[in-house]
Amino acid sequence: QEPQASGLPEYIKIVEVGPRDGLQNEKVIVPTDIKIELINQLSKTGLPAIEVTSFVSSKWVPQMADHKEVMKGIERHPGVQYPVLTPNLQGLHSAIAAGAAEVSVFGAASESFCKMNINCSIEESIERFEEVTKSARNMNIPVRGYVSCALGCPYEGNVVPDKVAEVSKRLYSMGCYEISLGDTIGVGTPGSMKKMLEAVMKEVPLSALAVHCHDTYGQALANILTAIQMGVAVVDSSVAGLGGCPYAKGATGNVATEDVIYMLNGLGINTGVNLCAVMEAGNFICTALNKKTNSKVAQASFSTGTID
Amino acid sequence: ATGAYPKRVKVVEVGPRDGLQNEKNVVPTPVKINLINMLSETGLQVIEATSFVSPKWVPQMADHTEVMQGINKLPGISYPVLTPNLKGFQAAVAAGAKEVSIFGAASEMFTKKNINCSIEESLERFDEVMKAAREASIPVRGYVSCVLGCPYEGKISAAKVAEVSKKMYSMGCYEISLGDTIGVGTPGSMKEMLTVVMKEVPVGALAVHCHDTYGQALANILVALQMGVSVVDASVAGLGGCPYARGASGNVATEDLVYMLNGLGIHTGVDLQKLMDTGTFICNALNRKTNSKVSQASCRL
Repeated sequence: QEPQASGLPEYIKIVEVGPRDGLQNEKVIVPTDIKIELINQLSKTGLPAIEVTSFVSSKWVPQMADHKEVMKGIERHPGVQYPVLTPNLQGLHSAIAAGAAEVSVFGAASESFCKMNINCSIEESIERFEEVTKSARNMNIPVRGYVSCALGCPYEGNVVPDKVAEVSKRLYSMGCYEISLGDTIGVGTPGSMKKMLEAVMKEVPLSALAVHCHDTYGQALANILTAIQMGVAVVDSSVAGLGGCPYAKGATGNVATEDVIYMLNGLGINTGVNLCAVMEAGNFICTALNKKTNSKVAQASFSTGTID
Repeated sequence: ATGAYPKRVKVVEVGPRDGLQNEKNVVPTPVKINLINMLSETGLQVIEATSFVSPKWVPQMADHTEVMQGINKLPGISYPVLTPNLKGFQAAVAAGAKEVSIFGAASEMFTKKNINCSIEESLERFDEVMKAAREASIPVRGYVSCVLGCPYEGKISAAKVAEVSKKMYSMGCYEISLGDTIGVGTPGSMKEMLTVVMKEVPVGALAVHCHDTYGQALANILVALQMGVSVVDASVAGLGGCPYARGASGNVATEDLVYMLNGLGIHTGVDLQKLMDTGTFICNALNRKTNSKVSQASCRL
């Protein structure tokens, strides 16, 4: 299968968000040593980027209370990035002190979502991130920007593509090297993904874009396919599909890394990631969490005992 | 490039047959009839009702005559049934069937394991059915299994799929439904297979029947649509597991398909809410959770 012949990227960077976005949305608090073991296993799979933890107040996100210990405890493999979330300057300084070499900031395309999440307007949040980004860049630390609610908001419903483009542009202009567009509640479809990307691509170069799709409505892989057909070459996913949706009880959240890799392998696109190794890491964390995997590839593979 | 999509897609609902056939619990006849009646109210134009196969082989479909005679047949809706041989065809017609389906496969080993003969022999068997169907003016839909992979042979050549599809189309099947029986296909293999098949069978006569065992179904369907396919099979609530991977899922959920098509502005005529209600009904009756993510997400506690 020739990806170039079909206009698809030859290589896609997978950003593994399981240890942070995934675990943050799991009910069970995971012991520090399990988190560290998960990240160490993921480091051996070929994944180029693994989001480790979040330097946020433990009052807000108890799951991430051990951020310092996790950051200091993990093995750092050469060629692998280990970004962490830093919602403000305090978080940034704490992250750097713990050895972080890349950070992320989280914006949103919806005023209501921003208000409900961090109790301020989009504009105010951008000002906060400007401080963090400026400070990080002064220390040569790259910053990744996230835009939540890119295809819909749990409070506002529809989100206008131009708004997503506007927020993305702000984050990019302040110095974020990459903008990850998040379908936070998974309501997007190939139709809305295309419209949103067309608007954003007018303001931010394609090579700086990533998609972060949730599978809450089963649309994630179709949405990711649409994005990569438009040239997006960075995809976020979560091992074993860790992380439910906080806005739809019992529903799923993140798309499973295994399922994404299976699709990209089938398209002849290089990711550098060993699918079997990811499935093993997924098996490890699901056993530790005492839960079933959300990855269909893992489900199918473990039941037959063979992998196609 | 994403390409242009069809303006309309015909959704072929296979839940009552393909779905239930692969569910462990045998479903009482009145429940089957109610399921089909509810589906008839959703706007679906084609609902595969049952299979006229020997109950020895498929106990779930033993009540085929009662189901066929018991359902409300709404005008404008087609209720095809499977007919593996002439005997089944005759029983189907006697029970009121106005459309039938026959099943071929692109894999010799799969055919051998399933119906104990070669592909060639299986198609010869269907010759009788095709002749009888022609005489009775009954349209026949052809299925080709294992189009993107076989549980026994592994990789399947696109050329083989094209050969079997062409044969069935030439025999008189008005539509060929290409089935990714074990769900191993990806947008890559789907595109490759369709490119070859479309050289032998007009795209207007093609349908895709994707299984979601590896989570690839909607992405595979998306590619098929981009290539001009406008008929898609699906199963309400994603009924029907995979008999080749215990515990794994099988059919793609009709709700999730319709959600995607709605988002693409493609017309299906299907009312998603009524469809979800039908899925809820059958899952309660089967005492199981839905396999539809749209249904799961929409249930807020």
